[in-house]
Amino acid sequence: MAEPMRIRATMTGDVADVKVLMNHPMETGQRKDAKTGQLVPAHFIQEVTATLNGAAVLSANLGSGVSKNPYLGFKVKGAKAGDKVVVNWSDNKGDKNTAEAAIS
Amino acid sequence: MNALRRNVLKGAAGASTVAMAVAVGLLKPTQAMAAWNTAAFEAKNVGDAMKGLGVSGPADSKDIIIKAPDIAENGAVVPVEVTSNIAGTTSIAIIAEKNGTPLVGSFSMSGGAQPFISTRIKMGQTSLVRAVVQAGGKSYTAAKEVKVTIGGCGG
Repeated sequence: MAEPMRIRATMTGDVADVKVLMNHPMETGQRKDAKTGQLVPAHFIQEVTATLNGAAVLSANLGSGVSKNPYLGFKVKGAKAGDKVVVNWSDNKGDKNTAEAAIS
Repeated sequence: MNALRRNVLKGAAGASTVAMAVAVGLLKPTQAMAAWNTAAFEAKNVGDAMKGLGVSGPADSKDIIIKAPDIAENGAVVPVEVTSNIAGTTSIAIIAEKNGTPLVGSFSMSGGAQPFISTRIKMGQTSLVRAVVQAGGKSYTAAKEVKVTIGGCGG
């Protein structure tokens, strides 16, 4: 169901730059299907959490106003190369996905 | 085989007009998880969205830097970057003021996370993109206008 996501974490000085791309349609629930004329039900990522070596660094609530295949970039200070970054998301239909990367 | 298929399609088309009329009234995006801030995200205007976030009368701040294009050719994908230089920033919310549901996302930082967020948002029309920052129990805000040319050829 859930497509794989892409994650990359690199060190810039003493700050880890984390970039995440999630594969998700992000339907608002207001768009109509061109063929059937029916509303496409809302389907979007609601929660995203990120941890660094198991400690929470970011928790986000998203609305349907985030673009399709959401991109998220954030920075974590005090991280070092080799540290593990894990990003989880869950959507309004209960789908979940997770990805992890070691900081390089 | 083929004739049967035609019949099935015809039947489906007839039934679907009725089904559509019913479905229009029934389709409401009410399903939400407990932790998700339903009140804020389903708010139809900026004031209600802020209320949902627990923000009232945020102070304008020049220490919030919003990086977004002046003109977005494609309202479906508008890159937005928010950096807060306010000490003790704990959360950043992004609001596209004229969207049907203005609140786009709220992000809270902990641990060593820097007060920085970069993402891509949808915008229905030209409007202010507002960032609301919470720091040390107070709230601050800044906004930047993004012009959206829907279906246009740039400019």
